[in-house]
Amino acid sequence: MSLNVFLQHCLTGISLGGAYALIAIGYTMVYGILRLINFAHGEIFMIAGYFMIFATANFGWAVGIPVTLIATVVLGVVVERLAYKPLREAPRMSIMISAIGVSYLLQNLTTYLFTALPKPYPEIPILKQIYNIGGLSASLVTFITPILTIILVFILVYIINHTKIGMAMRAVSKDFETSRLMGIKINKVISTTFVIGSALAAVGSILYFTDRMSVTPFSGTLPGLKCFVAAVIGGIGSVPGAVVGGFIIGICETMMIALGYSTFSDAFTFVLLIIMLLFRPTGIFGEKTIDKV
Amino acid sequence: MSENLLEIKDLYVSYGGIKAVKGINIEVPKGEIVTLIGANGAGKSTTLRTIAGLVKAESGSIMFKGEELIGVETNDVVSKGITLVPEGRRVFPDLTVLENLKIGAYMRTDNLDADIKWIYELFPRLEERSWQLAGTLSGGEQQMLAVGRALMSKPELIMMDEPSLGLAPIVVQGIFDIIKEINNQGVTILLIEQNANMALKAAHRGYVMETGSITMQGKGVDLLNDESVKAAYLGKKK
Ligand SMILES: Nc1ncnc2c1ncn2[C@@H]1O[C@H](COP(=O)(O)OP(=O)(O)OP(=O)(O)O)[C@@H](O)[C@H]1O
Ligand SMILES: [Mg+2]
Repeated sequence: MSLNVFLQHCLTGISLGGAYALIAIGYTMVYGILRLINFAHGEIFMIAGYFMIFATANFGWAVGIPVTLIATVVLGVVVERLAYKPLREAPRMSIMISAIGVSYLLQNLTTYLFTALPKPYPEIPILKQIYNIGGLSASLVTFITPILTIILVFILVYIINHTKIGMAMRAVSKDFETSRLMGIKINKVISTTFVIGSALAAVGSILYFTDRMSVTPFSGTLPGLKCFVAAVIGGIGSVPGAVVGGFIIGICETMMIALGYSTFSDAFTFVLLIIMLLFRPTGIFGEKTIDKV
Repeated sequence: MSENLLEIKDLYVSYGGIKAVKGINIEVPKGEIVTLIGANGAGKSTTLRTIAGLVKAESGSIMFKGEELIGVETNDVVSKGITLVPEGRRVFPDLTVLENLKIGAYMRTDNLDADIKWIYELFPRLEERSWQLAGTLSGGEQQMLAVGRALMSKPELIMMDEPSLGLAPIVVQGIFDIIKEINNQGVTILLIEQNANMALKAAHRGYVMETGSITMQGKGVDLLNDESVKAAYLGKKK
Protein backbone atom coordinates (compact mmCIF):
# COMPACT_ATOMS: atom_id res chain seq x y z
CA MET A 1 0.00 0.00 0.00
CA SER A 2 1.52 3.27 -1.06
CA LEU A 3 1.52 6.24 1.29
CA ASN A 4 -1.03 7.99 -0.84
CA VAL A 5 -3.43 5.07 -0.81
CA PHE A 6 -2.91 4.74 2.93
CA LEU A 7 -3.75 8.40 3.47
CA GLN A 8 -6.75 8.02 1.23
CA HIS A 9 -8.03 5.22 3.46
CA CYS A 10 -7.27 7.29 6.54
CA LEU A 11 -9.40 10.08 5.17
CA THR A 12 -12.28 7.71 4.47
CA GLY A 13 -11.91 6.25 7.96
CA ILE A 14 -11.83 9.63 9.66
CA SER A 15 -14.89 10.69 7.75
CA LEU A 16 -16.83 7.56 8.67
CA GLY A 17 -15.60 8.02 12.22
CA GLY A 18 -16.99 11.54 12.30
CA ALA A 19 -20.47 10.30 11.42
CA TYR A 20 -20.15 7.56 14.05
CA ALA A 21 -19.01 10.11 16.62
CA LEU A 22 -22.13 12.22 16.09
CA ILE A 23 -24.35 9.20 16.66
CA ALA A 24 -22.29 7.94 19.60
CA ILE A 25 -22.81 11.26 21.42
CA GLY A 26 -26.54 10.51 21.55
CA TYR A 27 -25.89 7.21 23.34
CA THR A 28 -23.43 8.69 25.77
CA MET A 29 -25.54 11.72 26.72
CA VAL A 30 -28.71 9.74 27.31
CA TYR A 31 -26.75 7.20 29.31
CA GLY A 32 -25.15 9.99 31.30
CA ILE A 33 -28.46 11.48 32.36
CA LEU A 34 -30.78 8.46 32.59
CA ARG A 35 -28.33 5.55 32.92
CA LEU A 36 -30.24 4.16 29.95
CA ILE A 37 -28.83 2.55 26.83
CA ASN A 38 -31.19 4.03 24.30
CA PHE A 39 -31.49 1.06 21.96
CA ALA A 40 -33.89 3.06 19.79
CA HIS A 41 -31.17 5.57 18.88
CA GLY A 42 -30.03 3.58 15.82
CA GLU A 43 -33.61 3.49 14.55
CA ILE A 44 -33.96 7.24 15.07
CA PHE A 45 -30.85 7.64 12.93
CA MET A 46 -32.37 5.35 10.28
CA ILE A 47 -35.72 7.16 10.27
CA ALA A 48 -33.84 10.45 9.88
CA GLY A 49 -32.74 8.89 6.57
CA TYR A 50 -36.38 8.42 5.52
CA PHE A 51 -37.26 11.93 6.68
CA MET A 52 -34.55 13.26 4.38
CA ILE A 53 -35.80 11.18 1.45
CA PHE A 54 -39.36 12.47 1.76
CA ALA A 55 -38.47 16.03 2.69
CA THR A 56 -36.09 16.34 -0.26
CA ALA A 57 -38.60 14.83 -2.66
CA ASN A 58 -41.09 17.50 -1.63
CA PHE A 59 -39.03 20.59 -0.93
CA GLY A 60 -35.55 20.02 -2.37
CA TRP A 61 -32.49 19.31 -0.24
CA ALA A 62 -31.91 22.86 1.04
CA VAL A 63 -35.24 22.83 2.87
CA GLY A 64 -35.04 19.07 3.33
CA ILE A 65 -32.07 19.31 5.71
CA PRO A 66 -33.70 21.59 8.31
CA VAL A 67 -36.98 19.66 7.99
CA THR A 68 -35.08 16.43 8.65
CA LEU A 69 -33.37 17.93 11.69
CA ILE A 70 -36.62 19.16 13.19
CA ALA A 71 -38.57 15.97 12.46
CA THR A 72 -35.82 13.81 13.98
CA VAL A 73 -35.69 15.95 17.11
CA VAL A 74 -39.47 15.71 17.48
CA LEU A 75 -39.29 11.93 17.07
CA GLY A 76 -36.54 11.60 19.68
CA VAL A 77 -38.42 13.73 22.22
CA VAL A 78 -41.72 11.94 21.58
CA VAL A 79 -40.05 8.56 22.15
CA GLU A 80 -38.66 9.84 25.45
CA ARG A 81 -42.03 11.22 26.56
CA LEU A 82 -44.05 8.14 25.65
CA ALA A 83 -41.68 5.28 26.37
CA TYR A 84 -39.19 6.44 29.00
CA LYS A 85 -40.74 9.24 31.04
CA PRO A 86 -43.60 7.13 32.45
CA LEU A 87 -40.94 4.73 33.74
CA ARG A 88 -38.88 7.35 35.59
CA GLU A 89 -39.40 5.71 38.98
CA ALA A 90 -39.37 2.15 37.64
CA PRO A 91 -36.34 -0.17 37.92
CA ARG A 92 -33.69 0.46 35.29
CA MET A 93 -34.34 -2.89 33.63
CA SER A 94 -37.91 -1.84 32.75
CA ILE A 95 -36.84 1.27 30.90
CA MET A 96 -34.09 -0.69 29.12
CA ILE A 97 -36.68 -3.21 27.92
CA SER A 98 -38.93 -0.35 26.86
CA ALA A 99 -36.03 0.98 24.75
CA ILE A 100 -35.59 -2.40 23.06
CA GLY A 101 -39.34 -2.42 22.40
CA VAL A 102 -39.23 1.02 20.82
CA SER A 103 -36.30 -0.05 18.67
CA TYR A 104 -38.26 -2.99 17.19
CA LEU A 105 -41.44 -0.96 16.97
CA LEU A 106 -39.76 1.74 14.87
CA GLN A 107 -38.05 -0.83 12.69
CA ASN A 108 -41.28 -2.72 12.01
CA LEU A 109 -43.26 0.43 11.55
CA THR A 110 -40.87 1.66 8.85
CA THR A 111 -40.95 -1.76 7.18
CA TYR A 112 -44.74 -1.63 7.21
CA LEU A 113 -44.87 1.91 5.84
CA PHE A 114 -42.04 1.88 3.32
CA THR A 115 -41.36 -1.87 2.70
CA ALA A 116 -37.96 -3.40 3.30
CA LEU A 117 -36.69 -2.51 -0.18
CA PRO A 118 -33.84 0.00 -0.20
CA LYS A 119 -35.01 3.52 -0.96
CA PRO A 120 -32.54 5.72 -2.87
CA TYR A 121 -31.10 8.49 -0.75
CA PRO A 122 -31.27 11.95 -2.31
CA GLU A 123 -28.06 13.29 -3.82
CA ILE A 124 -26.94 16.62 -2.53
CA PRO A 125 -24.92 17.77 -5.56
CA ILE A 126 -22.52 20.02 -3.64
CA LEU A 127 -21.64 17.27 -1.18
CA LYS A 128 -21.00 14.74 -3.92
CA GLN A 129 -18.59 16.96 -5.84
CA ILE A 130 -15.11 15.48 -6.03
CA TYR A 131 -12.24 17.57 -4.71
CA ASN A 132 -8.49 17.08 -4.89
CA ILE A 133 -6.55 18.19 -1.86
CA GLY A 134 -2.84 17.40 -1.62
CA GLY A 135 -3.09 14.33 -3.80
CA LEU A 136 -6.14 13.02 -1.96
CA SER A 137 -9.33 12.96 -3.91
CA ALA A 138 -12.72 12.53 -2.33
CA SER A 139 -16.21 13.94 -2.40
CA LEU A 140 -16.82 17.07 -0.38
CA VAL A 141 -18.86 15.16 2.22
CA THR A 142 -15.76 13.13 3.12
CA PHE A 143 -13.79 16.29 3.84
CA ILE A 144 -16.65 18.06 5.56
CA THR A 145 -17.75 15.29 7.94
CA PRO A 146 -14.79 15.33 10.35
CA ILE A 147 -14.61 19.14 10.34
CA LEU A 148 -18.32 19.52 10.99
CA THR A 149 -18.11 16.87 13.72
CA ILE A 150 -15.33 18.70 15.52
CA ILE A 151 -17.16 22.03 15.30
CA LEU A 152 -20.39 20.53 16.66
CA VAL A 153 -18.51 18.80 19.46
CA PHE A 154 -16.85 22.06 20.48
CA ILE A 155 -20.21 23.81 20.58
CA LEU A 156 -21.68 20.95 22.59
CA VAL A 157 -18.85 20.88 25.12
CA TYR A 158 -19.18 24.63 25.50
CA ILE A 159 -22.91 24.30 26.17
CA ILE A 160 -22.34 21.56 28.74
CA ASN A 161 -19.58 23.37 30.60
CA HIS A 162 -20.46 27.04 30.30
CA THR A 163 -24.21 27.52 30.10
CA LYS A 164 -26.98 27.33 32.67
CA ILE A 165 -28.76 24.46 30.92
CA GLY A 166 -25.42 22.64 30.62
CA MET A 167 -24.84 23.03 34.34
CA ALA A 168 -28.34 21.66 34.95
CA MET A 169 -27.56 18.69 32.71
CA ARG A 170 -24.44 17.90 34.71
CA ALA A 171 -26.37 18.23 37.96
CA VAL A 172 -29.32 16.09 36.86
CA SER A 173 -26.97 13.40 35.59
CA LYS A 174 -25.61 13.04 39.13
CA ASP A 175 -28.64 13.43 41.34
CA PHE A 176 -32.29 13.79 40.28
CA GLU A 177 -33.62 14.57 43.71
CA THR A 178 -31.16 17.27 44.69
CA SER A 179 -31.57 18.80 41.23
CA ARG A 180 -35.31 19.03 41.90
CA LEU A 181 -34.52 20.77 45.18
CA MET A 182 -32.60 23.41 43.23
CA GLY A 183 -35.80 24.15 41.35
CA ILE A 184 -34.63 22.42 38.18
CA LYS A 185 -37.39 20.90 36.06
CA ILE A 186 -35.65 17.66 35.37
CA ASN A 187 -38.02 16.56 32.62
CA LYS A 188 -37.13 19.68 30.68
CA VAL A 189 -33.44 18.95 31.09
CA ILE A 190 -33.90 15.33 30.01
CA SER A 191 -35.86 16.48 26.95
CA THR A 192 -33.03 18.86 26.08
CA THR A 193 -30.64 15.94 26.16
CA PHE A 194 -32.81 14.04 23.70
CA VAL A 195 -33.09 17.14 21.50
CA ILE A 196 -29.30 17.39 21.26
CA GLY A 197 -28.77 13.65 20.78
CA SER A 198 -31.41 13.41 18.05
CA ALA A 199 -30.24 16.52 16.23
CA LEU A 200 -26.68 15.16 16.11
CA ALA A 201 -28.00 11.77 14.94
CA ALA A 202 -29.85 13.58 12.13
CA VAL A 203 -26.66 15.37 11.05
CA GLY A 204 -24.76 12.06 11.28
CA SER A 205 -27.49 10.41 9.24
CA ILE A 206 -27.24 12.94 6.42
CA LEU A 207 -23.46 12.61 6.27
CA TYR A 208 -23.54 8.82 6.50
CA PHE A 209 -26.30 8.11 3.97
CA THR A 210 -25.00 10.62 1.45
CA ASP A 211 -22.05 8.25 1.14
CA ARG A 212 -24.21 5.08 1.12
CA MET A 213 -26.94 6.18 -1.27
CA SER A 214 -29.82 4.07 0.07
CA VAL A 215 -31.83 3.46 3.25
CA THR A 216 -33.68 0.38 4.48
CA PRO A 217 -35.52 -0.17 7.78
CA PHE A 218 -32.45 -2.11 8.95
CA SER A 219 -29.89 0.53 8.03
CA GLY A 220 -29.84 1.75 11.63
CA THR A 221 -29.12 -1.53 13.37
CA LEU A 222 -25.45 -2.09 12.71
CA PRO A 223 -24.33 1.56 12.74
CA GLY A 224 -26.37 1.96 15.93
CA LEU A 225 -24.60 -0.98 17.57
CA LYS A 226 -21.19 0.23 16.42
CA CYS A 227 -21.80 3.69 17.78
CA PHE A 228 -22.91 2.21 21.06
CA VAL A 229 -19.62 0.31 21.09
CA ALA A 230 -17.83 3.57 20.28
CA ALA A 231 -19.49 5.20 23.28
CA VAL A 232 -18.47 2.31 25.54
CA ILE A 233 -14.89 2.31 24.26
CA GLY A 234 -14.64 6.06 24.85
CA GLY A 235 -16.16 5.71 28.30
CA ILE A 236 -19.94 5.88 28.33
CA GLY A 237 -21.23 9.14 29.77
CA SER A 238 -18.28 11.12 28.37
CA VAL A 239 -18.83 13.27 25.27
CA PRO A 240 -15.13 13.49 24.27
CA GLY A 241 -14.97 9.73 24.86
CA ALA A 242 -17.79 9.09 22.40
CA VAL A 243 -16.04 11.23 19.80
CA VAL A 244 -12.71 9.46 20.20
CA GLY A 245 -14.50 6.10 20.21
CA GLY A 246 -16.35 7.01 17.04
CA PHE A 247 -13.15 7.90 15.23
CA ILE A 248 -11.40 4.72 16.45
CA ILE A 249 -14.24 2.51 15.19
CA GLY A 250 -14.50 4.38 11.88
CA ILE A 251 -10.77 4.21 11.16
CA CYS A 252 -10.37 0.58 12.24
CA GLU A 253 -13.32 -0.51 10.14
CA THR A 254 -12.05 1.26 7.05
CA MET A 255 -8.55 -0.13 7.49
CA MET A 256 -9.85 -3.67 7.87
CA ILE A 257 -11.74 -3.28 4.62
CA ALA A 258 -8.71 -1.73 2.90
CA LEU A 259 -6.57 -4.67 3.98
CA GLY A 260 -9.04 -7.07 2.40
CA TYR A 261 -10.75 -8.31 5.56
CA SER A 262 -14.08 -6.71 4.83
CA THR A 263 -15.95 -9.82 5.98
CA PHE A 264 -14.44 -9.39 9.44
CA SER A 265 -14.65 -5.63 9.74
CA ASP A 266 -17.92 -5.68 11.69
CA ALA A 267 -16.79 -8.53 13.90
CA PHE A 268 -13.61 -6.61 14.62
CA THR A 269 -15.63 -3.77 16.16
CA PHE A 270 -17.04 -6.18 18.69
CA VAL A 271 -13.68 -7.80 19.35
CA LEU A 272 -12.49 -4.30 20.21
CA LEU A 273 -15.44 -3.96 22.59
CA ILE A 274 -14.62 -7.22 24.35
CA ILE A 275 -10.94 -6.30 24.70
CA MET A 276 -11.92 -2.94 26.12
CA LEU A 277 -14.39 -4.41 28.58
CA LEU A 278 -11.80 -6.92 29.74
CA PHE A 279 -8.94 -4.51 30.27
CA ARG A 280 -10.56 -1.14 30.91
CA PRO A 281 -14.26 -1.53 31.52
CA THR A 282 -14.76 2.19 32.21
CA GLY A 283 -13.49 3.09 28.72
CA ILE A 284 -10.80 5.55 27.70
CA PHE A 285 -12.39 8.60 29.38
CA GLY A 286 -14.44 6.64 31.88
CA GLU A 287 -15.16 8.46 35.08
CA LYS A 288 -13.56 7.48 38.30
CA THR A 289 -16.33 8.22 40.72
CA ILE A 290 -15.51 9.97 43.94
CA ASP A 291 -18.06 8.85 46.47
CA LYS A 292 -18.06 10.67 49.73
CA VAL A 293 -20.49 9.66 52.40
CA MET B 1 -48.33 36.14 68.70
CA SER B 2 -46.57 36.04 65.35
CA GLU B 3 -48.21 34.56 62.29
CA ASN B 4 -47.36 31.08 61.08
CA LEU B 5 -45.26 30.86 57.95
CA LEU B 6 -45.77 27.11 57.74
CA GLU B 7 -48.55 25.09 59.25
CA ILE B 8 -48.74 21.31 59.08
CA LYS B 9 -52.07 19.77 60.02
CA ASP B 10 -52.83 16.11 60.55
CA LEU B 11 -50.19 14.98 58.06
CA TYR B 12 -49.93 11.28 57.18
CA VAL B 13 -47.18 9.86 54.97
CA SER B 14 -46.46 6.25 54.16
CA TYR B 15 -44.02 4.33 52.02
CA GLY B 16 -45.94 1.46 50.48
CA GLY B 17 -47.51 -0.11 53.54
CA ILE B 18 -45.17 1.42 56.10
CA LYS B 19 -46.60 4.43 57.92
CA ALA B 20 -43.73 6.84 58.46
CA VAL B 21 -45.66 9.92 59.60
CA LYS B 22 -48.90 9.47 61.52
CA GLY B 23 -50.98 12.59 61.82
CA ILE B 24 -48.54 15.25 62.95
CA ASN B 25 -49.21 18.95 63.59
CA ILE B 26 -46.37 21.45 63.38
CA GLU B 27 -46.40 25.23 63.36
CA VAL B 28 -43.48 27.32 62.19
CA PRO B 29 -43.96 31.00 63.05
CA LYS B 30 -42.39 33.55 60.75
CA GLY B 31 -38.89 34.56 61.74
CA GLU B 32 -38.32 31.77 64.26
CA ILE B 33 -36.03 28.78 64.51
CA VAL B 34 -38.05 25.61 65.03
CA THR B 35 -36.34 22.32 65.65
CA LEU B 36 -37.55 18.78 65.20
CA ILE B 37 -35.71 16.19 67.25
CA GLY B 38 -36.22 12.48 67.71
CA ALA B 39 -34.68 9.04 67.42
CA ASN B 40 -33.54 7.43 64.19
CA GLY B 41 -36.39 6.46 61.93
CA ALA B 42 -38.89 8.70 63.73
CA GLY B 43 -39.99 10.28 60.44
CA LYS B 44 -38.18 13.62 60.66
CA SER B 45 -36.58 13.52 57.21
CA THR B 46 -39.80 12.20 55.75
CA THR B 47 -41.62 15.25 57.12
CA LEU B 48 -39.20 17.69 55.49
CA ARG B 49 -39.14 15.74 52.24
CA THR B 50 -42.93 15.83 52.13
CA ILE B 51 -42.94 19.60 52.61
CA ALA B 52 -40.45 19.88 49.73
CA GLY B 53 -42.70 17.77 47.51
CA LEU B 54 -40.18 14.94 47.12
CA VAL B 55 -42.51 12.50 48.88
CA LYS B 56 -46.26 12.40 48.37
CA ALA B 57 -48.44 12.89 51.44
CA GLU B 58 -51.24 10.44 52.10
CA SER B 59 -53.52 13.01 53.72
CA GLY B 60 -53.46 16.18 55.74
CA SER B 61 -52.45 19.67 54.87
CA ILE B 62 -49.28 21.75 54.65
CA MET B 63 -50.00 25.46 54.40
CA PHE B 64 -47.26 27.91 53.47
CA LYS B 65 -48.30 31.57 53.63
CA GLY B 66 -51.89 30.43 53.33
CA GLU B 67 -51.27 28.23 50.27
CA GLU B 68 -51.59 24.44 50.19
CA LEU B 69 -48.30 22.71 49.38
CA ILE B 70 -49.57 19.17 49.08
CA GLY B 71 -49.59 18.13 45.45
CA VAL B 72 -47.25 20.96 44.44
CA GLU B 73 -44.17 19.93 42.43
CA THR B 74 -40.78 20.38 44.08
CA ASN B 75 -39.61 23.10 41.70
CA ASP B 76 -42.78 25.10 42.44
CA VAL B 77 -42.27 24.64 46.18
CA VAL B 78 -38.78 26.09 45.75
CA SER B 79 -40.10 29.03 43.76
CA LYS B 80 -42.55 29.81 46.58
CA GLY B 81 -39.56 30.42 48.84
CA ILE B 82 -38.82 27.14 50.59
CA THR B 83 -35.54 25.30 50.37
CA LEU B 84 -34.20 22.08 51.86
CA VAL B 85 -30.63 21.33 52.81
CA PRO B 86 -30.90 17.58 52.39
CA GLU B 87 -29.66 14.88 54.72
CA GLY B 88 -26.09 13.95 53.82
CA ARG B 89 -25.24 17.29 52.16
CA ARG B 90 -25.69 16.11 48.59
CA VAL B 91 -23.50 18.75 46.94
CA PHE B 92 -22.89 18.13 43.24
CA PRO B 93 -19.47 16.49 43.33
CA ASP B 94 -18.26 17.35 39.84
CA LEU B 95 -19.49 20.90 39.81
CA THR B 96 -17.17 23.54 41.23
CA VAL B 97 -17.97 25.31 44.49
CA LEU B 98 -19.04 28.39 42.54
CA GLU B 99 -21.22 26.33 40.21
CA ASN B 100 -22.87 24.67 43.19
CA LEU B 101 -23.77 28.12 44.50
CA LYS B 102 -25.03 29.22 41.12
CA ILE B 103 -27.19 26.15 40.72
CA GLY B 104 -28.77 26.94 44.08
CA ALA B 105 -30.09 30.07 42.39
CA TYR B 106 -31.29 28.18 39.33
CA MET B 107 -34.79 29.68 39.48
CA ARG B 108 -33.54 33.23 39.73
CA THR B 109 -32.93 35.42 36.72
CA ASP B 110 -31.50 38.47 38.50
CA ASN B 111 -27.84 39.20 39.21
CA LEU B 112 -26.21 36.82 41.69
CA ASP B 113 -22.97 38.66 42.47
CA ALA B 114 -24.14 40.28 45.70
CA ASP B 115 -25.45 37.01 47.10
CA ILE B 116 -22.35 35.05 46.14
CA LYS B 117 -20.35 37.70 47.96
CA TRP B 118 -22.64 37.35 50.98
CA ILE B 119 -22.18 33.55 51.04
CA TYR B 120 -18.42 33.98 50.80
CA GLU B 121 -18.58 36.35 53.76
CA LEU B 122 -20.51 33.77 55.74
CA PHE B 123 -18.10 31.00 54.68
CA PRO B 124 -14.68 32.43 53.77
CA ARG B 125 -13.44 28.85 53.31
CA LEU B 126 -15.66 28.49 50.29
CA GLU B 127 -14.24 31.56 48.62
CA GLU B 128 -10.73 30.15 48.81
CA ARG B 129 -12.02 27.00 47.15
CA SER B 130 -14.26 28.65 44.60
CA TRP B 131 -12.83 26.69 41.66
CA GLN B 132 -12.39 23.39 43.42
CA LEU B 133 -14.73 20.52 42.57
CA ALA B 134 -17.22 20.12 45.39
CA GLY B 135 -16.53 16.38 45.60
CA THR B 136 -13.00 17.12 46.78
CA LEU B 137 -14.11 19.30 49.73
CA SER B 138 -13.96 18.00 53.29
CA GLY B 139 -17.21 16.96 54.92
CA GLY B 140 -17.50 20.20 56.86
CA GLU B 141 -16.79 22.30 53.81
CA GLN B 142 -19.41 20.35 51.87
CA GLN B 143 -21.91 21.10 54.61
CA MET B 144 -21.11 24.80 54.41
CA LEU B 145 -21.56 24.59 50.65
CA ALA B 146 -24.91 22.82 51.02
CA VAL B 147 -26.13 25.59 53.34
CA GLY B 148 -24.72 28.30 51.09
CA ARG B 149 -26.28 26.70 48.04
CA ALA B 150 -29.68 26.64 49.74
CA LEU B 151 -29.37 30.31 50.71
CA MET B 152 -28.71 31.26 47.09
CA SER B 153 -32.40 30.74 46.26
CA LYS B 154 -33.21 33.54 48.73
CA PRO B 155 -35.64 31.41 50.71
CA GLU B 156 -38.13 32.63 53.28
CA LEU B 157 -38.02 29.23 54.91
CA ILE B 158 -34.90 27.09 54.99
CA MET B 159 -35.21 23.50 56.16
CA MET B 160 -32.05 21.74 57.28
CA ASP B 161 -31.78 18.00 57.77
CA GLU B 162 -29.03 17.28 60.29
CA PRO B 163 -26.53 19.92 59.20
CA SER B 164 -24.11 18.98 61.95
CA LEU B 165 -23.94 15.27 61.16
CA GLY B 166 -20.41 13.93 61.22
CA LEU B 167 -18.76 17.27 61.91
CA ALA B 168 -16.15 18.12 64.52
CA PRO B 169 -17.55 19.98 67.58
CA ILE B 170 -15.86 23.23 66.63
CA VAL B 171 -17.36 23.08 63.14
CA VAL B 172 -20.77 22.22 64.62
CA GLN B 173 -20.56 25.36 66.71
CA GLY B 174 -19.75 27.30 63.54
CA ILE B 175 -22.76 25.85 61.74
CA PHE B 176 -25.02 26.83 64.63
CA ASP B 177 -23.59 30.36 64.63
CA ILE B 178 -24.42 30.59 60.96
CA ILE B 179 -27.93 29.27 61.54
CA LYS B 180 -28.52 32.03 64.10
CA GLU B 181 -27.01 34.62 61.81
CA ILE B 182 -29.19 33.58 58.89
CA ASN B 183 -32.17 33.73 61.21
CA ASN B 184 -31.20 37.23 62.35
CA GLN B 185 -31.31 38.26 58.71
CA GLY B 186 -34.99 37.32 58.67
CA VAL B 187 -34.98 33.76 57.33
CA THR B 188 -37.26 31.30 59.11
CA ILE B 189 -35.63 27.98 59.94
CA LEU B 190 -36.94 24.46 60.40
CA LEU B 191 -34.11 22.34 61.71
CA ILE B 192 -33.69 18.61 62.26
CA GLU B 193 -30.92 17.73 64.66
CA GLN B 194 -29.45 14.74 66.44
CA ASN B 195 -27.59 17.20 68.58
CA ALA B 196 -30.68 17.95 70.65
CA ASN B 197 -28.83 19.99 73.22
CA MET B 198 -27.51 22.57 70.79
CA ALA B 199 -30.63 22.55 68.67
CA LEU B 200 -32.95 23.25 71.60
CA LYS B 201 -30.67 25.99 72.85
CA ALA B 202 -30.69 27.70 69.47
CA ALA B 203 -34.38 27.18 68.73
CA HIS B 204 -37.36 29.26 69.75
CA ARG B 205 -39.54 26.22 69.67
CA GLY B 206 -39.05 22.46 69.51
CA TYR B 207 -40.97 19.34 68.59
CA VAL B 208 -40.08 15.83 69.69
CA MET B 209 -40.98 13.12 67.24
CA GLU B 210 -41.25 9.41 67.99
CA THR B 211 -42.21 6.69 65.49
CA GLY B 212 -44.20 9.00 63.30
CA SER B 213 -45.94 11.07 65.95
CA ILE B 214 -45.20 14.29 67.81
CA THR B 215 -44.92 13.35 71.48
CA MET B 216 -43.90 16.68 72.94
CA GLN B 217 -43.64 20.29 71.96
CA GLY B 218 -42.82 23.57 73.54
CA LYS B 219 -40.32 26.36 73.87
CA GLY B 220 -36.72 25.32 73.25
CA VAL B 221 -35.64 26.09 76.81
CA ASP B 222 -38.61 24.27 78.33
CA LEU B 223 -37.87 21.09 76.41
CA LEU B 224 -34.23 21.43 77.34
CA ASN B 225 -35.19 21.25 81.00
CA ASP B 226 -37.79 18.53 80.61
CA GLU B 227 -36.79 15.37 82.45
CA SER B 228 -37.98 12.88 79.84
CA VAL B 229 -36.30 14.79 77.03
CA LYS B 230 -33.12 14.92 79.05
CA ALA B 231 -33.21 11.20 79.60
CA ALA B 232 -34.02 10.26 76.04
CA TYR B 233 -32.12 12.77 73.92
CA LEU B 234 -29.64 14.67 76.00
CA GLY B 235 -27.97 11.67 77.56
CA LYS B 236 -28.21 13.18 81.04
CA LYS B 237 -29.86 11.78 84.12
CA LYS B 238 -30.67 13.64 87.27
N1 LIG C 1 -37.81 5.59 50.57
C1 LIG C 1 -38.30 4.88 51.61
N2 LIG C 1 -38.94 3.71 51.38
C2 LIG C 1 -39.44 3.00 52.42
N3 LIG C 1 -39.35 3.36 53.69
C3 LIG C 1 -38.71 4.50 53.98
C4 LIG C 1 -38.16 5.33 52.95
N4 LIG C 1 -37.58 6.40 53.53
C5 LIG C 1 -37.78 6.26 54.86
N5 LIG C 1 -38.44 5.13 55.14
C6 LIG C 1 -38.86 4.66 56.47
O1 LIG C 1 -39.62 5.67 57.08
C7 LIG C 1 -39.29 5.80 58.45
C8 LIG C 1 -38.90 7.24 58.76
O2 LIG C 1 -37.69 7.56 58.09
P1 LIG C 1 -37.01 8.99 58.13
O3 LIG C 1 -35.88 8.99 57.19
O4 LIG C 1 -38.04 10.02 57.97
O5 LIG C 1 -36.46 9.00 59.62
P2 LIG C 1 -35.59 10.08 60.38
O6 LIG C 1 -36.41 10.52 61.56
O7 LIG C 1 -35.13 11.13 59.46
O8 LIG C 1 -34.37 9.22 60.90
P3 LIG C 1 -32.81 9.59 61.05
O9 LIG C 1 -32.66 10.35 62.28
O10 LIG C 1 -32.17 8.26 61.13
O11 LIG C 1 -32.41 10.34 59.81
C9 LIG C 1 -38.18 4.79 58.72
O12 LIG C 1 -38.76 3.66 59.32
C10 LIG C 1 -37.65 4.46 57.35
O13 LIG C 1 -37.21 3.13 57.29
MG1 LIG D 1 -33.29 11.64 58.70
